[in-house]
Amino acid sequence: MPSASPMPDQQQLDQQQPDQQQYLQDVRRALPADTIIYDPRHMAVYETDGLTAKKQKPWLVLLPETIEQVQAAMRLAHGHGIPVVARGAGTGLSGGAMPHPDGILLSLARFNRILAVDEDNLSAVVQPGVTNLSITEHVRDRGLYYAPDPSSQIACSIGGNVAENSGGVHCLKYGLTVHNVLKLKLVSPEGEIYEVGADSLDAPGFDLLALLHGSEGMLGIVVEVTVKLLPKPGAIVVFLAGFDSVSRAGESVGAIIAEGIVPAGLEMMDKMAVEAAEAFVKVGYPLAAEALLLCELDGAALEVESQLARLEALMTRCGATSFKVARSQSERDLLWKGRKAAFPAVGRIAPDYYCMDGTIPRRELGAVLDEIAALSRRFELAVANVFHAGDGNLHPLILFDANKPGETDRAEALGAAILELCIERGGTITGEHGVGVEKIDQMCVQFTDDELAMFHDVKAAFDESGILNPGKAVPTLNRCAEFGAMHVHAGNEKFPGLERF
Amino acid sequence: MSDQTDALVAGVKRAFAAKRRLSIVAGATRDFLGYPMNDEPLNVASHRGIISYEPQELVVRVRAGTPLCELEETLADAGQMLAFEPPRMGAASTIGGCVATGLSGPRRAYAGSVRDFMLGATIIDGQGRCLSFGGQVMKNVAGYDVSRLMAGAMGTLGVILDVSFKVLPMPAREVTIVRTAPLADAVGHWRDAARRFLPVTATAWTGGRSYVRLAGDGAAIDEGVDAIEGDVTTDGPWDLVRDQRHPAVVGAEHLWRLSVAKNDVDPLSVLVEWGGAQCWRTDGADPRASLESGHATRFRGESDAERFQPLAPVVQRLHQRLKDKFDPARILNAGRMYPDL
Repeated sequence: MPSASPMPDQQQLDQQQPDQQQYLQDVRRALPADTIIYDPRHMAVYETDGLTAKKQKPWLVLLPETIEQVQAAMRLAHGHGIPVVARGAGTGLSGGAMPHPDGILLSLARFNRILAVDEDNLSAVVQPGVTNLSITEHVRDRGLYYAPDPSSQIACSIGGNVAENSGGVHCLKYGLTVHNVLKLKLVSPEGEIYEVGADSLDAPGFDLLALLHGSEGMLGIVVEVTVKLLPKPGAIVVFLAGFDSVSRAGESVGAIIAEGIVPAGLEMMDKMAVEAAEAFVKVGYPLAAEALLLCELDGAALEVESQLARLEALMTRCGATSFKVARSQSERDLLWKGRKAAFPAVGRIAPDYYCMDGTIPRRELGAVLDEIAALSRRFELAVANVFHAGDGNLHPLILFDANKPGETDRAEALGAAILELCIERGGTITGEHGVGVEKIDQMCVQFTDDELAMFHDVKAAFDESGILNPGKAVPTLNRCAEFGAMHVHAGNEKFPGLERF
Repeated sequence: MSDQTDALVAGVKRAFAAKRRLSIVAGATRDFLGYPMNDEPLNVASHRGIISYEPQELVVRVRAGTPLCELEETLADAGQMLAFEPPRMGAASTIGGCVATGLSGPRRAYAGSVRDFMLGATIIDGQGRCLSFGGQVMKNVAGYDVSRLMAGAMGTLGVILDVSFKVLPMPAREVTIVRTAPLADAVGHWRDAARRFLPVTATAWTGGRSYVRLAGDGAAIDEGVDAIEGDVTTDGPWDLVRDQRHPAVVGAEHLWRLSVAKNDVDPLSVLVEWGGAQCWRTDGADPRASLESGHATRFRGESDAERFQPLAPVVQRLHQRLKDKFDPARILNAGRMYPDL
């Protein structure tokens, strides 16, 4: 736990805006000293979230422990017009929790308790700083679990999951965070407390619960989450099928869906991702394959076995070159371990990597992967592909070395090109990681000015003074105009990022 | 099969310029929900047709005026369905009304609601701007989820032009297990079943009988039949319950829908669904003030009385502000859901 910050010295005080000085005085009266971090030396951990390329020290860090403290902090911030960026575990991949230089970084890390489990209503009330996996661990003995399982589930917090509407490998069958949350308790920018959703399956009025999911901390501060719990399936099997081409693996995904089976998870990795994962965690993936399909089936024991038999035959017909089944928990965990460790595994084979998150209609899978390969050659940067194949959610990992001049820019340019490719093929720039600061320019490509204006209107309906996470998720129309002009220019001159080499 | 976007946009623009209120209509089969509307009709019924449907993608995009039964037929031909089982209030029921009223059927507690299966929507806002949110892909967190906000908004935030849904394969087989049981026992049985991983896709209690529907392939159903006590029948009450044609509710002068926590079932209910989370009362008393959880909606009776649960003050303010943004002149279905909205 960070210690109380010393009082700011005179020089620091002189640099502050009058509003900030007043805020600091007021917040010291309202919150205990050990919830306020003023000393920049203690702020390093808050400079960045999972998008480590973007770093920014906040003006002030608050670590409130009670809802009343959050309310007080917000009331004061609202009164003084000071920006507030909420932060959970800081594992987000789009810079959504990147601090504001003149603002407060509001960490919900101390809201880390599971408050209640209701076995009759199959729900649990948890604080936003509780990690995703710990919910499942808490109810495992009762035969229950919380379904959404982002790969970072050991560290990511449920509040952050709500803010990003996180998915995971099981959302093909069990849905995203929005499908698995019943109710939220929030603090408004003005410091009021309110609830959306209900302990029932719906609530009166507008579906604000859905609107708040994926809103990236722009609309309110989540201080309590009621999640749905599910009974553990009677039987689970995982199979792994190897293919000698990525497009053949992609076609087999469509074939599984056409079979009328919705697997619990359906993931794909290309050769580079497989090699990296195998080198990292040694799970026994077939290294000869150009692409691997990982498929999990769950349900009643006999049902799972009959589906498995059907899919084994189907995979053979689709040209699978290898097929391996994992039945026991330890065997299954091992197969998944390689997939879930794919990001850090790729991190070991390159000094830096940049993870993209576009989603496309599944039918475009083969064509989009071919184009990503072409872009990879053109930008001279390797790309490993890991994806939630069942959902068409791609995670191309762009490998680069930030210490080589220009490579970071080139990686970003390649990433932008991939996102625009996704839009062109009828998809979206982000399936589950959020827009944050990272993909804000691509929002200009995906949405019209009128649609962006409506997003700003929605933001204003919740946060009239605009103090919550300003500058994230939705670009200003001015920014889009500038981006559009630059973009045309970049289109005329082929890949200006390459010229420096 | 007709795209009426331009005409509908022009209609809203004219109304916006003249500050003239519009009542959005299509099949007019769901007028029972919300307050009656008598403003100039904006008819979306001719804006119909399936825009795209690829069964392998599990996605269908459909215009709002498309009859629900037409869409369901097309999906069934490919062995797929709208998994939230929207109530069909008659042959004229449209997709737009289905989304605007936000009603889901027996499968809701086990598969999800209409908004859970929405992937995107195109709307006309109160200024006549045509806007698209979400898309035709399974996962999409770019921008606020405005499309799901349309589900249950009763047309007060925009004219729905088209909606994209995730669809699911139809189960290979369905059976129903029926047993005689008082309501409390039935809810207890459902609760026990919900704690186990069984292929339950619907539950209902009415007239002293508990019904549980199982769906899946043969093996899954066999396992469910072994686990749940009662007689197996292929003749469950599901269509009647789904379409609000069940004898328990069909002729009642008063009808309230209670949406409650599963452990807060109203003992005065004549029909209970969703594992206990959806209860129907016909006794005429207003249950809203006495609810321990959830909310209640008047479906029938006393047309000038209040019909929805009052909103908490902060939530009410958010409704007002959203309405001001989506429909600044307050011309779209004004007063349909709440008198001041």
